[in-house]
Amino acid sequence: MRRFDTAKLAVAVFIGSEAVFFGFLIAAYLYYSGAIHGPTARSSLDPARTLIFTICLIASSGTLWIAERHLAAARHTAFRAWLAATTLLGAVFLAGQAMEYVGLIAKTITPERNLFGATFFTLTGFHGLHVLCGVIALAILLVLTFRPGFGTREGSGVAAVAMYWHFVDAVWIVIFSLVYLAV
Amino acid sequence: MSDIPITPDLLEESARAADRSRWQEWIATVDHKKIGTLYLITTLAFFCVGGVEALLIRIQLAWPGNTFLGPDAYNQIFTMHGTTMVFLVVVPLLLGLANYLTPLMIGARDMALPRLNAFSFWVFLFGGILLYFSFVAGHAPSAGWFSYAPLSEKGYSTRNGLDYWALALLGIGVGTISTAINLIVTIINLRTEGLTIRRLPLFVWMVFVNSFLIIAALPALNASLVMLLIDRQLHAHFFTQLGGGSPILWQHFFWSFGHPEVYIMVLPAFGIISEVIPVFSRKPIFGYGFVAASTVAIALLSLGVWAHHMFAVGLGHAWEYAFGASSLLIAVPTGVKIFNWIATMWGGSIRFTTSMLFAIAFLLTFTIGGLSGVTFATVPIDWQVTDTYYVVAHMHYVLFGGTLFGVMAGVYYWFPKMSGRMLSERWGKVHFWLMFIGFHMTFFVQHFLGLDGMPRRVYTYPNRPGWGVMNMISTIGAFVIGISVLVLLANIQISRRSGALAGDNPWNAWTLEWATSSPPPEHNFDMAPPVRGPRPLWDLAHPQGGRT
Repeated sequence: MRRFDTAKLAVAVFIGSEAVFFGFLIAAYLYYSGAIHGPTARSSLDPARTLIFTICLIASSGTLWIAERHLAAARHTAFRAWLAATTLLGAVFLAGQAMEYVGLIAKTITPERNLFGATFFTLTGFHGLHVLCGVIALAILLVLTFRPGFGTREGSGVAAVAMYWHFVDAVWIVIFSLVYLAV
Repeated sequence: MSDIPITPDLLEESARAADRSRWQEWIATVDHKKIGTLYLITTLAFFCVGGVEALLIRIQLAWPGNTFLGPDAYNQIFTMHGTTMVFLVVVPLLLGLANYLTPLMIGARDMALPRLNAFSFWVFLFGGILLYFSFVAGHAPSAGWFSYAPLSEKGYSTRNGLDYWALALLGIGVGTISTAINLIVTIINLRTEGLTIRRLPLFVWMVFVNSFLIIAALPALNASLVMLLIDRQLHAHFFTQLGGGSPILWQHFFWSFGHPEVYIMVLPAFGIISEVIPVFSRKPIFGYGFVAASTVAIALLSLGVWAHHMFAVGLGHAWEYAFGASSLLIAVPTGVKIFNWIATMWGGSIRFTTSMLFAIAFLLTFTIGGLSGVTFATVPIDWQVTDTYYVVAHMHYVLFGGTLFGVMAGVYYWFPKMSGRMLSERWGKVHFWLMFIGFHMTFFVQHFLGLDGMPRRVYTYPNRPGWGVMNMISTIGAFVIGISVLVLLANIQISRRSGALAGDNPWNAWTLEWATSSPPPEHNFDMAPPVRGPRPLWDLAHPQGGRT
C-alpha cells in the first residue's frame, strides 16, 4: 500500500485549513473594500516600497528551493548558507512590514479608524504572524544544521517547513495583488 | 502495519513508564488510548456540567412567571449550556472515540502524530477551563452559542464574558483542527496491510470524511472569532453598523462554519450506528458503498447550505430558494443511510442489547429530527417558527436523540474493549428506557410550544393555554434524563471494577479492534491479523468463506 511522508502529509492538510482561514480574512477585506469612508488602500499604502519587500519574500522561496536541492545532494555547508539566506529574507520582509505599520499608525490609520484599517491590519497582520512562525521554524532548522549527523533524518522535516514557507509566500502574492495592486 | 512486533526500544519505553507515577503517566502520555480516555472523561464531566445547566433552565421554565433565575443569569446559563454541549461535549466526545478507536480499527500502533495528539487534548481542556473561568472573572458569555453581532459586540455585551468565549473557542478550534489533521494522516498512512479504502470500517470512513469537514469548516469559526476579538479589543467595526460594518457578515461567516459543524457533530455517530447495527443484526451492512458515499455527499452538501439559518434576515427570494433547495437535497443522502440501516436489520437475527436499543432509538429520533429539519428548509415555515421552541425541539432531536443516542450505543458497545469489563445490561436497560422516555417527554412537547409561538431564549413566558402544562412536562422529562445519566454513571463506576470480564470479543464482532485484548496493550497488536475483506475477524473465523 502506498504511504506518504507523515510530516509532509500533515503539513499539506494543515495548509488546507490555513487556506480556508485566509480565505475568510480575504473575503472580509473584499466585502468591505467597496464602501470605505476615510483612508483607503489607495490613499494610504505605498505599493512600490512594498514591492521591494514582496520581492524579498518571493526570492526566499527560491533560495529555500535551492537549499533543498543542496540538501538532497548532501552538500550541507551550501544548504546551511541558502537556508540562512532564506531566514534573512523572511526577516527583511517582516522588518518592512513593521516599518509600514509604524508609518500607518503614525498617520492614525488603525483598526479602530475605519473598515480599511480593520480589514487591512487583520489580513496582513495574520499573514505577518505566519511569516514570523515560518522564520522561527527556519531558524530552528538552521540551528539544527550545526548538530553532528544533520541531514540523515531531517529531510522530511525540512520539506515540511519548506511547504509551509511556500504557502505563506503564495498567500502574500494573493494579498499583494488584491490589497496593493488592485486599488 | 503488519510489521508491528514489539521493538527493543519499545520495551525500554514501557519499563521507564512503569517508574513514573500514575499522574505523570496520564499528563505526559502520548498514547492514543490514554488520550482518548482523557477526552471521554473530560467530556463526561462537561456533559454533567452542561446537563446541570439544562436542568437550571428547565426549573426556571417549569411554570409561567417563575423567578428562580433572573434574565441575566438565564442568558448566561443558556449560552453556557449551548456552548458547552457543542464545543466541550459533542465534538470532543466524538474526537475522543475516534482517537481511541481509529488506530485499533485500522491495525495501527498509535496515531501518526502522537505528540500533536496530546497537544490537541490539552489545548481543548484549557480552552474549556478558560470558558468556565468567565464565571469566576465576573460574567459568563450571554449572547447565545452563536453570539450574533451586534449583541456580542462591546457596545451591547460590555462585560468580558464574550472575550473569554471567543478565546476559549479559538483554543478549542485549534485543538479540533490538529486532531483532524492527525486522523487524516493516520487513516491514510497507518492502515494495516490489506485494509484498502473499500474495506475500511464504516466508523473510520465517517471519521475520515468528518476530519476533512473539520478542516474545511473550523477555520471559518477561527477567522470569525479573531474578527470579533479585534472588534471588541481594538475597537474595530467588522460586525457593527457603526463605521459601516455588517452584523449580517457575522451570520454568514458563523454559519459557514456552523452548519458543517452540525454534520461534524453527527457523522461519527452515523459511523457508530454503522458498526453497531450489523453486529447486533448478525448481518453485514447493507450497501456498504452507499453508506460511505452518502457520507461524502452529506459533507459536500453541508458546505453549501449555511444561509438556511438566516431566512429571517431577508436575503431575497433567489437566495432563499437556492439555500432551501440545497438544504432539502441533504435529506437524500441522509435518507439513503436510514434505509441502509433498516435494510441491514431486515431479516437479521437481532440481539436487543442496550447498545442496539440505543441504535434503534437513534434511527427513530434522528428521523423525526430530520423531518422537522426538512420543514425548516421550507422558507415560509422557517419564517413562522424561527427562534421558537420548534427550533429547540428540532435541534435536540438531531443532537441528543441523534448524536447522543449514537454515542450511547457506542459506549455500551466499546466499553468492554476499553475497560476489559462489560457494562451491566440490566442497569443499561434501565438507563436506556429512562433516557428514551425522558428525552421524548422533554422535547416532543416543545414542537407544539414552538408552533404556538413560544420564543426560545426568553427567561419566562405568559400563562397562555397549555404552555404551563407543556413546560412542566418538559421539565419533568429533563429530570428523568438527569436520573438516567446518574444510572449511567453508577453503571460505569460499578462495572469497571466488578463487571463481568469481557474477553477479547464479547459481541462476536468483525472489526480489528476486537482482535486484541481488552483493554488493549500499549502497543495495541503483537501482530494485526491479515485483512482480506471488510470483516477481517469473520474472514478469520471462516477461512473457507460462506455466507453470514
